[in-house]
Amino acid sequence: MKYMLMMNAPGGGPYQIGGWPKQDIQAHIGHMIALNKKLRAAGELVAAEGLTGPDQAKLVRAGKDGAPVTDGVFPESKEFLAGYWIVDVDSPARAYQIAAEASTAPGPGGAPLNMAIEVREVMSGIPPDML
Amino acid sequence: MSQPALTPGAEHLLRDLAPQVLGAVVRRYRDFAACEDAVQEALIAAAQQWPRDGLPDNPRGWLIQVASRRMVDQVRSDSARRQREHAAALDLGQVVAAASVESQADEDETLTLLFMCCHPSLTSASAVALTLRAVGGLTTAQIANAFLVPEATMAQRISRAKQTIRSSGVGFERPAARARAERLETVLRVLYLIFNEGYTASVGPSLQRVDLSSEAIRLARGVQRLSSDDTEVAGLLALMILTDARRDARSGPAGELIPLQHQDRSRWNRAAIDEGVALLSATLGRGRVGPYQLQAAVAAVHDEAARYVDTDWPQILALYTLLERMQDNPMVTLNRAIAVAMVQGPAAGVDILDALAADGRLVGSHRLDAVRGHLLEMAGDRDGAVRHYLAAANRTANTAERNYLLTQAATVREGM
Repeated sequence: MKYMLMMNAPGGGPYQIGGWPKQDIQAHIGHMIALNKKLRAAGELVAAEGLTGPDQAKLVRAGKDGAPVTDGVFPESKEFLAGYWIVDVDSPARAYQIAAEASTAPGPGGAPLNMAIEVREVMSGIPPDML
Repeated sequence: MSQPALTPGAEHLLRDLAPQVLGAVVRRYRDFAACEDAVQEALIAAAQQWPRDGLPDNPRGWLIQVASRRMVDQVRSDSARRQREHAAALDLGQVVAAASVESQADEDETLTLLFMCCHPSLTSASAVALTLRAVGGLTTAQIANAFLVPEATMAQRISRAKQTIRSSGVGFERPAARARAERLETVLRVLYLIFNEGYTASVGPSLQRVDLSSEAIRLARGVQRLSSDDTEVAGLLALMILTDARRDARSGPAGELIPLQHQDRSRWNRAAIDEGVALLSATLGRGRVGPYQLQAAVAAVHDEAARYVDTDWPQILALYTLLERMQDNPMVTLNRAIAVAMVQGPAAGVDILDALAADGRLVGSHRLDAVRGHLLEMAGDRDGAVRHYLAAANRTANTAERNYLLTQAATVREGM
């Protein structure tokens, strides 16, 4: 079963990581790289992407003629999606375990951030016997 | 038990033969889209059967025969074309016999194929995918894997590219002499796109992935053999070789970006540098000097500096000044700003950046902020450097580059 693990970052401007000391930035990045490597080696990683900063985000709706109408960023938003993983695992418990490991990524001073990672099961296609 | 794989030699042969086989089959059956599918199936059949049964005596003839059979099968299953079935089936033996002999025509056909796959009516992404499959002889799965997209997505991209070619009425024919130069330019642009895709995406474990940079170099070598009188083809090939020579030194063990300044130059590929420099020297002054030759010359100046401090910046500045006169491209100006800063000091470079920012073409580009951060750091303006490094980090869509810029900002802030 596949799960999407979504990592949210505080909104209201660029990513906060920009203000951290060098060694904390490196520890944080190292944690994520090691996690991805482990998931890939275990054959559990389907996809992992980081997204550009929230102040680059646009909200798009179709206008009257169907043409895109874009809105700028929303400073009042509390959280933004910073990146996500899609993992293919045997149980929901395993997905939660991976999310917890992502959550412990170190922050300023090397202390775990314990970020909230949203875990959602990815819907699958029509099962074979229904075709 | 897994299937035995092709030896690297056989794989290479297969990929070299792919465009020749496709050329031969298209010449006979005309329908490019269907022929391309048939050749793809023949390549897949070869990858399965050759390791098991050994290399056929005439690999080229073998591939043409298998692809032709697929074409005949298709003609047969197509009721509207039932009339032609008989003739096509009868001709098969002759086609294979005639097409199995290598000829000058094959080489021209490889170029014709490239012109077709890089047709201006195609989007860049389509042209890249189609070129890699039809001319590069890669399977859809390999291409999808190299671009890290699902195979179904890549298959769709290729099939839409073929539809575009079909509906635009582009025939399998050599462009007229006048259009040739223009079309060759598109071919070179597509090859350079393939190269850069490999160069920027080479982060992470890529052992099982087709290496797009090497593939672009292989294809460019082919084009250079076929149009050795065009100096820009040689220029692009030299540029790729000279850039690729630094590949091993440009990233660290965790995939982190290492800028030119901090690269371990003993890890540069000397043989490649020698080859690129020799190719460029043999090319410059032989014909029209174009942008690829100038960029290759810049790459050569970097490659020939034993240490970063030995870099011949006045030479690089002269090359970028020429290049800027040739093409009005803000990215070239950005590079010239760096060279100016290295020769005349950071303030002169910042002046150029101010002018660039004012003309608006680089609005929203992280490169402008990254370069400004660098020049302000050189000038000792730490606050300004941090601010622009962070702005660039926030805008880049490349993870390795973002991590580098964040680290750079933190380094400057912490007082170096």
